[in-house]
Amino acid sequence: MPLPLQTRNRHLLWRAGFGPAAGMAQALADSPTHHTLKALEADSRRPFLPLTIPTGTAQPDDPSGTTSPQDRQRRNRERIRQLNIAWIDRMVSGEQMLREKMALFWHGHFAARHNNPDFVEGLLNAIREHALGDFGTLLRKVCQSPAMLAFLNNQQNRKQRPNENFARELMELFTLGRGHYTEADVRDAARAFTGWQFDAQGSFRFRAEAHDDGPKTVLGVTGRLTGDDVIGILLDRRETADAITRKIWRHFVDEQVDEAAVQRLSRRFFASRYDIAGLMHDIFASEAFHEPRHIGRQIKSPVELIVGIRRMLPMRIAQPEVQILLQRILGQVLFYPPNVAGWPGGRHWIDGASLMYRLQIPQMVAQRDWPAPRAKDDDDQDMGTSRRPGRGSRITLDTRIDWEPVYQSLTDVKRERLPEAVAALLWQTTTPPDVSGLDARPDTSSREALIRSALIRLMGSPEYQLC
Amino acid sequence: MPIDRKDFLRTGSLATASLMIPRFLKAFEGPGALPPGNRIVVVLQLSGGNDGLNTVIPIRNDIYYRERRQLAIRRTDALALTQEAGLHPALTAFRDLHDEGHLAVYNGVGYPNPDRSHFRSMDVWQSASDADTVLQSGWLGRYLDARCAGGQRPTRALEIDDTLSMALRGERIKGLAIADPRRLNASANDPWLRNRIAHTTADSDAPVDYLYQTLAQTLSCTEYIQRHSRQRPTNAPYPDTELARNLKTIASLIHSDIDTQVYYLSLGSFDTHANQDDRQRRLFEELNGAVKAFTDDLKANGRFQDLLLFTFSEFGRRVRQNGSNGTDHGKANNMFLVSGALRRQGLLNPMPDLTHLDDGDIPLALDFRQVYATVLERWLDTPADPILGRPFAPLDFI
Repeated sequence: MPLPLQTRNRHLLWRAGFGPAAGMAQALADSPTHHTLKALEADSRRPFLPLTIPTGTAQPDDPSGTTSPQDRQRRNRERIRQLNIAWIDRMVSGEQMLREKMALFWHGHFAARHNNPDFVEGLLNAIREHALGDFGTLLRKVCQSPAMLAFLNNQQNRKQRPNENFARELMELFTLGRGHYTEADVRDAARAFTGWQFDAQGSFRFRAEAHDDGPKTVLGVTGRLTGDDVIGILLDRRETADAITRKIWRHFVDEQVDEAAVQRLSRRFFASRYDIAGLMHDIFASEAFHEPRHIGRQIKSPVELIVGIRRMLPMRIAQPEVQILLQRILGQVLFYPPNVAGWPGGRHWIDGASLMYRLQIPQMVAQRDWPAPRAKDDDDQDMGTSRRPGRGSRITLDTRIDWEPVYQSLTDVKRERLPEAVAALLWQTTTPPDVSGLDARPDTSSREALIRSALIRLMGSPEYQLC
Repeated sequence: MPIDRKDFLRTGSLATASLMIPRFLKAFEGPGALPPGNRIVVVLQLSGGNDGLNTVIPIRNDIYYRERRQLAIRRTDALALTQEAGLHPALTAFRDLHDEGHLAVYNGVGYPNPDRSHFRSMDVWQSASDADTVLQSGWLGRYLDARCAGGQRPTRALEIDDTLSMALRGERIKGLAIADPRRLNASANDPWLRNRIAHTTADSDAPVDYLYQTLAQTLSCTEYIQRHSRQRPTNAPYPDTELARNLKTIASLIHSDIDTQVYYLSLGSFDTHANQDDRQRRLFEELNGAVKAFTDDLKANGRFQDLLLFTFSEFGRRVRQNGSNGTDHGKANNMFLVSGALRRQGLLNPMPDLTHLDDGDIPLALDFRQVYATVLERWLDTPADPILGRPFAPLDFI
């Protein structure tokens, strides 16, 4: 028996986006899944709009030139936080959701940290612009971004004194994967990227005087190779298409890799010269993607969890920065990946403490204040200046939730069936959710109160962590 | 087991929690606790990059005094350990431990090709990887993997904090982060959720069951820790600082018969780019008072010979001070080892050679993984090679 349209559509919206909004319930029950996919794709084909760091709150440099380095660092961190919130807001809005979801994937794939907010913004927009374009262009843009060049030490990669960090990560993490290149390949590729630098304005510059234009051999190709040549050589390898496709499968379909399916997808991806939108369409339009064994099996990342809650419960948050504290506690702060390999994901998101906090978030949203947990110091973010809240202090999450869309989506549901209907809104299960015992609570004074109470409890469950 | 809701609400969540723990976890609460005499490791992370050169001070080194015109600590202020080395004046308890033969110091500890980024270098120290390798698990987590092959016992390694460090994340088993065992855990008070937890099945690998298992285990462990923290609470005096409170919690757990072998906690931030003196002194005062109370407590209770406490930082700091009376990110650093069972005491290797700096930094003298190998093999009786990925020669301090 095929799964209900609702389940299929929600599955698609969670994997290709950040989950459904409450107001979508009716549409999700009625539209064929390929229509939902078409709408997502068409929306993300609209012109790309860069995200910019909102101006205003952060003080500009003192024109007299007396801004201290500490003040500048503080302001830079503040601007990166603003970009974080701006991107989260964009994800919540549902505009070009497939593009933003892909961008979040690439943000983990091309993991870089930098303390210059303009560089961070530049890399983010390169990734967002080409998130669904062709992988070759995306890769070149990333490799020429100051954030990545600086993060992987390519400014220090010079003729006579090569630094291999950039070339190694390019092969190991961005393209081929371990085992498909030799140390000699890394050494010569590093020489090819000498001279790839950026200037004080943050523009890519090729500096011929730092470039080693001698002959090199990378993956069997010999010549006076440049960085561009090396990227071309890497894109010519099927292993690159395989590695990207496999990672996308794990991220968007299932941690368990179906190698035969990956090979089929990868062949088409490679033949299309790395058309990312085409690969994603192949995946989302396939019957395999909608198989019950893939549904509700993925642990949401902290960002997916936070954005998903805000999409289901539209809310105004008086102090949006609290969302960054949440990201820290749950282990995923945008623009601060744990290392060059990005967030490992899956069960790595979960430990006893982080799971407890995940379950508390809905209550915190509804109750407005909660005991303040304390994120670990991150000296790249704090520069030793963090002030952790004291024990027993509370954080106020001043939210105004708009419950109307949720109420409206449940208007036709009989009162005694409300808990199940709310569970069906929230949980990705292939069998009807069993929520017996849920309504045995005193606060069933009104239909709305029952909905609110059931929703907060069902969101604060292990099931809601999955999509 | 059906639970009477009224009864549940009346007695509160934790009083009845043991009724709600799924059967597969019950076994875990029986035998397996450590008898007294078992060894304990306390890892104290000095986050942010502590300036080791103003911690163990080369009191007869002209280069030190030349490179640190404002920041150098005068020979007369330092707490002398030897003719050439003295401790920061705030570290009186460490000087006393040294004089009793309960302190060992390694200089120049680090790893080849060091990274000056906080997060990358901390990653290397916590995962025990090479500088150019990224691992997603921590060395103590892999210790849990190796030791807990039969059943999951995350209480073997506790971090006293709200969030869990990578060091305690294994491939299969993760340690437990708990900020305050006495604080009620309000997260899972919902009787409906409690009931679902009680019906968790152990034999399924489905993601939802994995989450319920983790939740059940966390509640069970929390309760187990709470019970033990009350079993023999220490009444020794501790200062009123966060580190001291955390060490007091650990002492109470050590005095009980809990199965925990590894405790992890951190103090910071030592990222002293500007006005270093003040900040480092304040942090050292907290460190000194807390460690003194803790070691006194364990001595009084006859457990000091079972303790090994060591400190580390993700890197040391540059030899030359910067223009803001601070120091910038450096490389190798020193480590303190405190125990009632040291086989070698005092300075275990030479003070850093400031005439042969590594690009302005203290040169590497000892790979930190040799210290880890020693802790694993000689203190925790666990083969180190599988955990550290390749052989590192153990040292002889214990």
